[in-house]
Amino acid sequence: MISAKIIIITPAYNEEKNINRVIQSLKQENSNFECLVINDGSIDDTQKMAESSGLATVIQLPANLGIGGAVQTGFKYAFYHQFDYAVQFDGDGQHLASEINKLLAPLQTKQYDVCIGSRFIEKTQGFQSTFMRRIGIKLFEVLNKLLIKQKITDSTSGFRAYNKEAIAFLAENYPTDYPEPESIILLGKNDFKVKEVSVEMLERQGGESSISGLKSAYYMIKVILAMLMTAQRQKIRRDIKNV
Amino acid sequence: MYNLLAIVTENRIQVFSIIGSISLILIILGLIKRKKLKEEYSLLWLACGCFFVLISVFKPLLQIFASTLGIIYAPSALLLMLIVSAFFILIQFSVVISKLSESNKNLIQEVGILKVELKKLHSHVQDIK
Repeated sequence: MISAKIIIITPAYNEEKNINRVIQSLKQENSNFECLVINDGSIDDTQKMAESSGLATVIQLPANLGIGGAVQTGFKYAFYHQFDYAVQFDGDGQHLASEINKLLAPLQTKQYDVCIGSRFIEKTQGFQSTFMRRIGIKLFEVLNKLLIKQKITDSTSGFRAYNKEAIAFLAENYPTDYPEPESIILLGKNDFKVKEVSVEMLERQGGESSISGLKSAYYMIKVILAMLMTAQRQKIRRDIKNV
Repeated sequence: MYNLLAIVTENRIQVFSIIGSISLILIILGLIKRKKLKEEYSLLWLACGCFFVLISVFKPLLQIFASTLGIIYAPSALLLMLIVSAFFILIQFSVVISKLSESNKNLIQEVGILKVELKKLHSHVQDIK
């Protein structure tokens, strides 16, 4: 455990107000964490703020890719640098650094490849999202059950931990926009074992949700289509164990 | 001589459509020659052009096609064909755009990673100096 290389992948788009605090909290939690911020073409001072801490590696994407493209950049970086575990941790301050170890624990037992922080396993104190969104998330749970026969209660959670094999796989295959629910199907279809643990989430402390109004209709249709299509595809995972 | 003129006048639309579809083929070939259009993306256009030459030259072909489909007014079969071919070309565009955006995404990601690696290397070099 001590020798394991752990990288925290933090996608950030216009998070100048939050990013520094997020980096500080991660380093306070464990100074051995490598903090990687992916600045997804922000138009504010995210880059400067993230670099000013001196505690994080900051990748500046030359154009805005969307959350999936940003996170995948992190997987690629983690893959090139041979990290053992990667934790996806949002740049807006809604996740708690103190819960990262909770997510890593199931991976360290070697029984699981991916661990997702869920708000809905136990009724936690924190942010539970709005009623309409919870209906959407419930629908994703049903789809997960039908398509990959795994029970995942919080498909939209962006608080996740991955092991080395999952990193290598996702570095090559990851959806570009609204990736969270789709990637669960992708992982399940390719025989990765996904575990959920209960976490608490805070309400966003700055910035606005990327999904609202008409966009949410587009979101649901796009994501459901992507989930169904991903489930139809052949398994693409190559075993990297022997490489 | 008069007879030929009369035939041409009577079949003006056929003459025009032959000229039109041959020009389409020539324009496409010209674009390929000047490297403004890649061969792989020109095939659908050329196929459409050849198809239109064919039905312009052999008039009854359109008639047969229309009656097979149960279309009473033959020219509307022509419109249908036009729309269908335009659709195919547009679908091809969507496919090409998807492919482009995928490779564009990969490029953006690699450029971002390379930039940060370069920066690290640069500061290493500075340290050594």
